[in-house]
Amino acid sequence: MQSYWTLLSWGPEGWLDDIAHGVFITVSLALCTLPFGMALGFLIALAKQSQEPLLRTAGNIYTTIFRGMPELLTLFLIFFGVQLGLQALVQYFIPGATVNVNSFLAGMVALGFVFSSYASEVFLSAFRAIPRGQYEGGYSIGLPYGKTMRLVILPQLIRIALPGLSNLWLILLKDTALVSAIGLNDILRQAYTASRVTKQSFLFFGVACLIYLILAIISSYGIGRIEKLVGKQEGAR
Amino acid sequence: MSAANTATIDRPPPIPKPWDAPRIAGAVAIGVWIIAGIGLVAYLIGDWNPDLFYRWAPQYMRGLGVTLSLTIISVSIGALLSVPVAYARMTSNRFLSAIAYGYVYFFRGTPLIAQAFLIYYGAGSFRLQLDSVGLWWFFRDEWYCAIFAFSLNTAAYQAEILRGAIESVGKGQWEGAAALGLSKLRTMQKVIAPQALIVALRPYGNEIILMIKGSAIVALITVLDLMGVTRLAFSRSFDFQTYIWAGIIYLTIVEILRRTIDWIETRITRHLIR
Repeated sequence: MQSYWTLLSWGPEGWLDDIAHGVFITVSLALCTLPFGMALGFLIALAKQSQEPLLRTAGNIYTTIFRGMPELLTLFLIFFGVQLGLQALVQYFIPGATVNVNSFLAGMVALGFVFSSYASEVFLSAFRAIPRGQYEGGYSIGLPYGKTMRLVILPQLIRIALPGLSNLWLILLKDTALVSAIGLNDILRQAYTASRVTKQSFLFFGVACLIYLILAIISSYGIGRIEKLVGKQEGAR
Repeated sequence: MSAANTATIDRPPPIPKPWDAPRIAGAVAIGVWIIAGIGLVAYLIGDWNPDLFYRWAPQYMRGLGVTLSLTIISVSIGALLSVPVAYARMTSNRFLSAIAYGYVYFFRGTPLIAQAFLIYYGAGSFRLQLDSVGLWWFFRDEWYCAIFAFSLNTAAYQAEILRGAIESVGKGQWEGAAALGLSKLRTMQKVIAPQALIVALRPYGNEIILMIKGSAIVALITVLDLMGVTRLAFSRSFDFQTYIWAGIIYLTIVEILRRTIDWIETRITRHLIR
């Protein structure tokens, strides 16, 4: 039996390089999902706080669907659904052709949908925390809607929504582990492969858990820095 | 002017609602949802396969039972475990609170799926030791492992909910009860708990919903819950309907639960509405 240090070394003998690649995949997936999910979540929050009942209903349907289904199921629905749908479409034109959906992209879209449905609630409660007078003040000095939004509301909104969003970021980081089920070589899947080959399951899954913990600690540190930065702006005003 | 005259005067016509940008956007968005809904129903009816349905429907029901019992059992065990953890977290004993903090941090900071893998596959690394203490039968079984992992996980979350709720009750409540000569236990039972539970209800409800959704991952450690049955049915038939059925079932359960919690909340906070 090899020693633990050989197993965890860098190179052909050890698995550290594979796990490092998994960390890269996990982090890049989370980082790619974040802006997509935030933008979508913001748009849905805008829809849900609008005066127009049709728009509100549409936004609420979206949230209900993506908050009510398990993340794993959403992932499978999008991965297999898009694959089968595209397959049918392509075979309509070119019989016999096969389509493979990129699992990174599918994971990004699925996690982005889930993230945005939660983010929209965070943004919505932040919108509600901003008094009407802020909009009225913006209009009264002649700012159009877009500029009022960008210069008056958004800076306050971000400050209020930040704790909720940082929570969602930590959840997103953990949810990326699910993409291992659709064959993306993230931390968990690399740990799974390593444990299959070496029969040292506890070691490798323990390492995987530790890496997730470290990522969470780094994130908390980064979030703390951002909060301080945003707080400073508030003080300077 | 008499009253009869005023009655005949027409009211001004209602101002027509303009087709402004939000209204158009709303109509388009609702239209997309309606088309998607009709498309889904059309797909389910068009591809309706009675053989597939009658073959898998009982299995789906059994899977649903597994999902629900897994959630109920682990949330109950977690609720029991969370009390000592929350207590340890709040004591002034540094050693005890550090252990509880570490426990909570680990289980909240790592993915549930990684915890389940660590316990289910990782137990195999200690087979000899577990065999010698006679616990191998427990860790060999994926169902027990799932309950074990889920209970530990939800205990960490519930401990934080409990702690947050108890700390949300003002210090004056403790002092007032102490002034009346109530013991610590009685204070907890009669004064603090009723107020804390109102605060804790929503997070508890969310935790149960998260557990139902999270329980889907046990399919990856070969438990045949609703998700597991769905994966099995899909791999046998390659019919995408199987996933849609599961989605509808999950959505229905979560929505029922969410509405029930809303109802309970409005019911038990009636005395707070002025």
